[in-house]
Amino acid sequence: MSYLDNILFAILLVIGFGFFAASVKKIIRNINLGVDVDRKDNPKARWKNMALIALGQSKMVRRPVAGILHIFVYVGFIIINIELLEIIIDGLFGTHRIFAPYLGVVYDVLIASFEILAILVIVAVTVFWIRRNVVRLKRFINSDLNGFPKSDANYILYFETVLMILFLLMNASDYHLQNVPGGVFHKAGSFPISQFIAPIFNGISNESVVLLFEVFWWLHIAGILVFMNYLYFSKHLHILLAFPNTYFANLQPEGQFDNLESVTKEVKLMMDPNADPFAAAPPADENAAPAKFGASDVHDLNWVQLLNAYTCTECGRCTSSCPANQTGKKLSPRKIMMDTRDRLTEVGKNIDANKGVFVPDNKSLLNDYITPEELWACTSCNACVEECPVNISPLSIIMDMRRYLVMEQSAAPMSLNAMMTNIENNGAPWQYSQQDRLNWKNEN
Amino acid sequence: MSESLVVPTMAEMLAEGKQPEVLFWVGCAGSFDDRAKKITKAFVRILNRTNVSFAVLGTEESCTGDPAKRAGNEFLFQMQAMMNIEVLNAYEAKKIVTACPHCFNTLKNEYPELGGNYEVIHHTEFLKSLIDDGRLTVEGGQFKGKKITFHDPCYLGRANKVYEAPRDLIEKLDVELVEMKRSKANGLCCGAGGAQMFKDAEPGNKEVNVLRTEDALEVKPDIIAAGCPFCNTMLTDGIKHAHKEGEVKVMDVAELIANAQDL
Repeated sequence: MSYLDNILFAILLVIGFGFFAASVKKIIRNINLGVDVDRKDNPKARWKNMALIALGQSKMVRRPVAGILHIFVYVGFIIINIELLEIIIDGLFGTHRIFAPYLGVVYDVLIASFEILAILVIVAVTVFWIRRNVVRLKRFINSDLNGFPKSDANYILYFETVLMILFLLMNASDYHLQNVPGGVFHKAGSFPISQFIAPIFNGISNESVVLLFEVFWWLHIAGILVFMNYLYFSKHLHILLAFPNTYFANLQPEGQFDNLESVTKEVKLMMDPNADPFAAAPPADENAAPAKFGASDVHDLNWVQLLNAYTCTECGRCTSSCPANQTGKKLSPRKIMMDTRDRLTEVGKNIDANKGVFVPDNKSLLNDYITPEELWACTSCNACVEECPVNISPLSIIMDMRRYLVMEQSAAPMSLNAMMTNIENNGAPWQYSQQDRLNWKNEN
Repeated sequence: MSESLVVPTMAEMLAEGKQPEVLFWVGCAGSFDDRAKKITKAFVRILNRTNVSFAVLGTEESCTGDPAKRAGNEFLFQMQAMMNIEVLNAYEAKKIVTACPHCFNTLKNEYPELGGNYEVIHHTEFLKSLIDDGRLTVEGGQFKGKKITFHDPCYLGRANKVYEAPRDLIEKLDVELVEMKRSKANGLCCGAGGAQMFKDAEPGNKEVNVLRTEDALEVKPDIIAAGCPFCNTMLTDGIKHAHKEGEVKVMDVAELIANAQDL
């Protein structure tokens, strides 16, 4: 082997990781377009959430079939990364199974477990494909997924299957070459699955099998690099972002909605008996953005909500548990997340095209992506939040957008305006006098 | 049944120089809604029977602001909150009990940041503590052997993870407590939360309360127990929609306890 292979491999790696790094940078920049929110408190509880929910997959198994199959794919993904390390070293230095001599029996165990995981991944991915395309589970054929999202989901499954098949073929040809008379490759590893695939190479010349091995090897590693770069365009980012997302997720009780600080200031001023109603407004801070209540676009959301949008893998558990969606309303919590991400991507492209500055495009998340009809259908029941396997909160986005509709646009449904007028005038959502609050005591 | 209710107000208590053990936050539904008033009275009958020292704010109580907040009107919510906090703090309220999970959630979670720090408990938790302390003994009475299913209010269950107190109370009644297919963390909303109570639903193919009532009717209960005045209304409407009002009743857990003791 000349050094050409090694150099080619190094170039491939640099390109693969280079593009990936650029994508990661863009994602971080876009997430930082969000408003700041403090999620650094209580690191102990945050690490625990990450360990249990992201690493431990505790919320996935609430739906056991999908949950257990997902664990196969997830463990497969993590474990096979160890093998990837060896592949990269072999590729860079022209070695073959460099870990084998150092690890001895452990190496055999490792390779054997990779093989078993690979076959489990293929099984799981096949079942996933059947659930989406043959059984057609409701949450997978919902109109939220029309177009690219539906294909995206299938591409990911095809990708994973092809990668696992390449991995097994690579091992099978390796096993064949280790066991031909004279042994072309040195003996390394244990191959519980691929030894049964190896006979397909019988009767092919050693040179050809070596060539095939090289082809499988290259396609496998190149495929992984392509897949890694596909993440940026796909819903599959959750394999990385689930970890920060669960770490930064809300720790308060689900029923607790944040109190807007800007409103607190105004209300306090309003209720301060010493406030001078005729005083001149305090000098405005020239750099301060004009205060806006609630959210009409991605800039108004906080960065955790934007991180949520990138993390969402569109599994649809939220939507399938949403009372509004189950009763035929337009609201779909998954669509709220997908829309937020789509709009954020659009804003990001706008910034890229305009040398780092966002040029207003007369569009916004509200109306152009999410309609008031969807927002008003929410019962704030928290089913979507509870269901999400990675602690995304579609509800917090819905609430921030309702705030914009009500406080900036006075665009609440008529009946809600009546309810709010009642609270304002007589301290109850209905038209009863506050003086009658205790009448029940003497009624029969 | 005929004995009149003793309902002191915080103002009366203060005039006598007394501080009650607990402040009963009645809430708007509990004060004005005909169905919910029965729940209020049932709870008070238990409080009276067990000689719990309590008081209400009466005409000084005002909406917590929950429906305004969930509708998006943070201004109105915070105005209500700050006015209520001033009143509560003036009376030096420490412990608040309420039969409304929406008031419960708001007082417990959203008031502290605005200056209102109280120990807030739901009436099912309070009743449970009365039993645990031996102040209230419960027997099945008229409900013995009946089949009862409990509907988790979102703002009590998922929102604040109170799942067991209402169930513990129901089980004290020597009844058969059956769970719906979706319960506790997976419970389905009744359709009233998030200010939906005060508006028409968006176009769809079914009402949420009808769907939830179907869940309940599937387990063929004699009684659907609720712990929220709004759930109670929604489920009662659902029962009417299903023409089952002759067979299935919707009752608050406090009513079950009070009626079982013939209070």
